[in-house]
Amino acid sequence: MDAATFLIQVLNGVQYGMLLFLVASGLTLIFGIMGIINLAHGSFYMIGAYLAFSLSSLADNFWLALVGGVALAALLGAALEALFIKRLYQRDHLDQVLLTYGLILVFEELRSLAWGDDVHGVKIPEILAFSIPLTETLSYQAYRIAMSAACLAIAFALYWLIQHTRLGMKIRAGAENRSMVQSLGIDIGLLYRLVFALGVALAAFAGMLAAPVSSVFPGMGAQVLIVSFVVVVIGGLGSVKGALIAALAIGLVDTFGKVLLPQVAGMAVYLLMAAVLLWRPQGLYGKA
Amino acid sequence: MNNSAKHISRRRFLQGAGGLVVAASPFGAPFVIAQPAPIRVGLMLPYTGTFAALGNAITNAFKLHVEEKGGSLGGRRIEYVVVDDESEPSKAVENANRLVMRDKVDVLVGTVHSGVQMGMAKVSRDSGVLSIIPNAGADAATGALCAPNIFRTSFSNWQSIHPLGKAMMERGHKTAIFITWKYAAGEEMMASFREGYEKTGGKLVKELLLPFPQVEFQALLTEIASLKPDAVACFFAGGGAVKFTKDYEAAGLKGKIPLYGNGFLTEGTLQAQGSSAQGLLTTLHYADGLDVARDRTFRLAYAKTYKQQPDVYAVQGYDAAQLLAAGLEKVKGDLRAKTDIIRAMEQATIDSPRGKWSMSKAHNPVQDIYLRQVVGEQNKSIAVAWKALSDPARGCRITAA
Repeated sequence: MDAATFLIQVLNGVQYGMLLFLVASGLTLIFGIMGIINLAHGSFYMIGAYLAFSLSSLADNFWLALVGGVALAALLGAALEALFIKRLYQRDHLDQVLLTYGLILVFEELRSLAWGDDVHGVKIPEILAFSIPLTETLSYQAYRIAMSAACLAIAFALYWLIQHTRLGMKIRAGAENRSMVQSLGIDIGLLYRLVFALGVALAAFAGMLAAPVSSVFPGMGAQVLIVSFVVVVIGGLGSVKGALIAALAIGLVDTFGKVLLPQVAGMAVYLLMAAVLLWRPQGLYGKA
Repeated sequence: MNNSAKHISRRRFLQGAGGLVVAASPFGAPFVIAQPAPIRVGLMLPYTGTFAALGNAITNAFKLHVEEKGGSLGGRRIEYVVVDDESEPSKAVENANRLVMRDKVDVLVGTVHSGVQMGMAKVSRDSGVLSIIPNAGADAATGALCAPNIFRTSFSNWQSIHPLGKAMMERGHKTAIFITWKYAAGEEMMASFREGYEKTGGKLVKELLLPFPQVEFQALLTEIASLKPDAVACFFAGGGAVKFTKDYEAAGLKGKIPLYGNGFLTEGTLQAQGSSAQGLLTTLHYADGLDVARDRTFRLAYAKTYKQQPDVYAVQGYDAAQLLAAGLEKVKGDLRAKTDIIRAMEQATIDSPRGKWSMSKAHNPVQDIYLRQVVGEQNKSIAVAWKALSDPARGCRITAA
C-alpha cells in the first residue's frame, strides 16, 4: 500500500467512524443515560431514512425534509415514551428487550405496509452533488465529507448539552439517582421524555443523512443496530466522548481489517470490543 | 361441580358441532364424488423480510399459470397450503416438515433463500415428496444434494455468472477484480466467474470479499482504484447492489474501470440506482425486450391480473407451475404414478417467457444466458452470452431416470 492509498484509507476509516458515531449517539443517550436497552434503535434509523425518501420527494427539497423529518421523529419518540417506555424504568432489562423487540416487528410491518418492500434511492442535494478527485482513478464524494462535518457538529453539540448546560446537569443527575432528582422538585418524567425524544430524533437524523448514500431498503435498521451497541459498549455507558472515540476506532479497524485481513474482517470489530472489555470492563470512558 | 358442568357442556357442544357437519355433508357430497380430491401444493416462500417481494412474485405467477389452466392441472383442482419461511434457515426443516407431514402436501414449491433451501432439500430427500425450486441458486441443490424428486426452474449460481468472463474478454478486459459478499452464494459466484474468466485467458488479479450483508464499500473501492484492473466484476443484490453501484459511481470509478456483474446487480432496483446503473452489462437467464412470443403474452396477462410488471422471479414461478403441469398432465393427475410424473418433467420442454428450455440430468434448466445492458429502467437483451448453458452438476450422482 503506497502512502497516498494509506491516507485515503485513513480518510475512509474516519469517515465511516463519524457515521457510526452519529448512528450510535442516540443510543448512547437512551441506553447510556436512561438505562433502557432500546433494540428498536435501528428501526428509528430506518424510519428516518424512509422519511427522507418520502419527504424529499414531497417537498422537493432535502434540507426541508431533514428539518421536518427530525421534528416528526422527535414527536414519535415523545409519544412512544409516554405510551410504553415510561412503564419500563423500574423493570428489569428483559422486559425492556421484549418491548423494544416488539417495536422492531411493528415498525418493520408498518414500513412494509406504507412503503412496500422495494429499494428506493434518495437524491443527493444539488449543492453537494459533486466529487473531489483524489487520485487519477479515485474521487471522493463531497456529500460524504459534509456528512462527517455534520457528525462532528452533532458530537460537539451533544457534549456541550450534557456537560455544560443546566438541562444536561439535570439529565446526568437523573441518571445518577432518579428519586433524589425527583424530590428536588425536578419533573423527571418530562426530562426522560425529552431525552428519549432526542435519542429517537438523532437516530432518525442519522438515517436521513445516510439515505442518499446508502439508499433505503427493508432491514436496513438491523444492520446498524449491533454495531451501534458495540460503539456504546466500547465507549462506556453514557459517555458521548467515549462513543466518539469508539466509533472512530471501529471505523479504522473495520476499514483496515477489510483491506489487510479480509478473511477475518467480519470479526475485527468484535475482537476490538473483546480486547477493550478485557482491559477496561466498563468501557473506555465509563464509570467503574 | 362448576368445572365438570363446563366440561360436559363443551363436550355436548362438540357433539353438536360434529352432528352439524354430518348433517351438512349430504349437500357437499355430490361435489366431492364428482371430482377427485384436489392436489395439495405447499408454497414455502418468504412473504416477509428482505425477500418478500420475490416470494410474492413467484406465488402470483405460479397461480397465474394454474388459473390459465382453469384452476386444475391434469384434471385435478389445485389447492394451496402457504407458509412464510421468513428466509430463516434455522426454521427451514421444521417448516418443510410441517407441510409434508402435517399438511400432507403432494408437491413442495420453494424457496428463494439458499440457506433455507438446504433445509428443505433435506426434507425433500428424506420424504421423497415432489419438489420444485423456483429461485434459490445454491449449486448443491442440483449438485451434491440432487435427487430424482427435486427439480429447479430458476438457475444455479454457477450458471448465472459463468458466461460473464467470456463477455468481458470479448471486450478486451484482460485483468479483473471480483468483489462480493463473503457467504455461500458469493463464494459460489466468485468461483464460477474465476473458472469462466481464466478459461478464456483472463487474469483475476484480486478477489475482494466483505462480510455479509455489510454495505460499507469505501475501503474496497479504494483498493480497486489503486490496483487499476481493466474491469471489475461483482455479485450483489437488492439494497446492497444499489449502494454498490452508487458508491462505485460516486468514487469516480464508473467512467474509468468498467463494472460488470450477473443480472441480480440490476434486477428490480434500477429506479433506485438511477444514473449509477446506466450502461452496465450483466448476464442472466431473463431480460427485457426478448423476441419471445410467450414473453409478450405472459407479461400482458401478469400485468392485467396483478397491476404490476413481472420480473425474473415471476418467470421462475410461472415455469414452476408449467413444469408441474407437464408432469401431472402426462399421468392425468394420478399421483401414484410418480416415476411417470418425474420422467415427464425430465423430458418436458418448457415454453418459458425467457425462451424454451429443458431439464438437465441433474434437474436444472439448460437455458440461454443473455447479455443485458441497462437502458433507462430496463435490462435490455443485447446478445445471447451463452447458448443452452448447462450446469456441470458437480457431485450429482443421478442419471436420467
